[in-house]
Amino acid sequence: MDYLQEIRWSPYLAGIGIGVLSWLSFLISKKPLACSTTFAKSSGMIEKLFRGDVVEAKPYYQKEKLAIDWQWMLVAGIIIGSMISALLSGDFHWQWVPSAWSLSFGDNAALRVAVAFVGGICIGFGARWADGCTSGHGISGTMQLAVSSWISAACFFIGGIAAAHVLFSLAG
Amino acid sequence: MEAQRSKITQNRDRKQLAWGMAFGIAFGFLLQKGGVTKYDVIIGQLLLTDFTVVKIMLSAVLTGMLGIFIMKNLGWVRLNPKSGSAGMNIIGGLIFGVGFAVLGYCPGTIAGAIGNGGLDALTGGLAGILVGTGLFAAIYPRVSNCILQKGYFGDLTLPALFKVNDWVVVIPVSAMILAILFLLERAGL
Repeated sequence: MDYLQEIRWSPYLAGIGIGVLSWLSFLISKKPLACSTTFAKSSGMIEKLFRGDVVEAKPYYQKEKLAIDWQWMLVAGIIIGSMISALLSGDFHWQWVPSAWSLSFGDNAALRVAVAFVGGICIGFGARWADGCTSGHGISGTMQLAVSSWISAACFFIGGIAAAHVLFSLAG
Repeated sequence: MEAQRSKITQNRDRKQLAWGMAFGIAFGFLLQKGGVTKYDVIIGQLLLTDFTVVKIMLSAVLTGMLGIFIMKNLGWVRLNPKSGSAGMNIIGGLIFGVGFAVLGYCPGTIAGAIGNGGLDALTGGLAGILVGTGLFAAIYPRVSNCILQKGYFGDLTLPALFKVNDWVVVIPVSAMILAILFLLERAGL
């Protein structure tokens, strides 16, 4: 069982594993692996705690019902699975500022959290605008040869590569 | 009779929620072992210094695609491609891309990053995604019938677009993925 304690696997092994997992999720649950709808539902459920049932009347939440569903459990499972893997290999660390960030922008945690917040707004908004994320479009949609997913995945990387280069050039 | 039927539906739903959790645990495990629950690896991909993300995604797509199209031919699964439009996928994709670079995680890997101990992911990142998706829900009525419909093409797939058998696309796409992976390895990336 040594390989469970390894910190990193070959990216090909991890990728093939995810591919096989997608066979099983199509076969057993009739659903593709995808994540971002869960964040929209959670956002609506949190808003509902404060504002009540009026939130459920919003057209978007008529389309995406505010309930804990299969995909919500999938995302919760990702947190657990990642933690199990990290704990088995001793790779679990609480960390505010990732090292690639601190090399360019310093180790101020408040700055990193503020920038992550802004980035989170863009990615949450963009994921719902495009109707999918790196898993729903980027992996599950492209493997079904969906035109919407190939266009989205290309734009994720075009936008991401351009923005990352601009951001890190600011650091000099 | 009615009560019994609703009980059966309830049991099936509960079973599916358990499957969702099981698939999630396996997915999170593989993402962490692959290294993509870490900011450094994801930002390295977008800065084109570390190709782990592309290697994982392409090998997942290759494996997944071959399996699901074989299962589709056998009649075991039905595919479920997402509908799209130029207005949705190009504009949304680019906004997503900018967020991907600024945040350094995507919606799936941020869950993995939280499990790996990433506090930037758990605080600012998660809060930002919840605010961003909430903002979209707020503006949705204003965009749903105009910009999101621009250049609408529905749930089109590449084989349907080219009016060919699935495998006429699956085989060249597989070859292209293998060629890209081969070239990345040969370039030492």
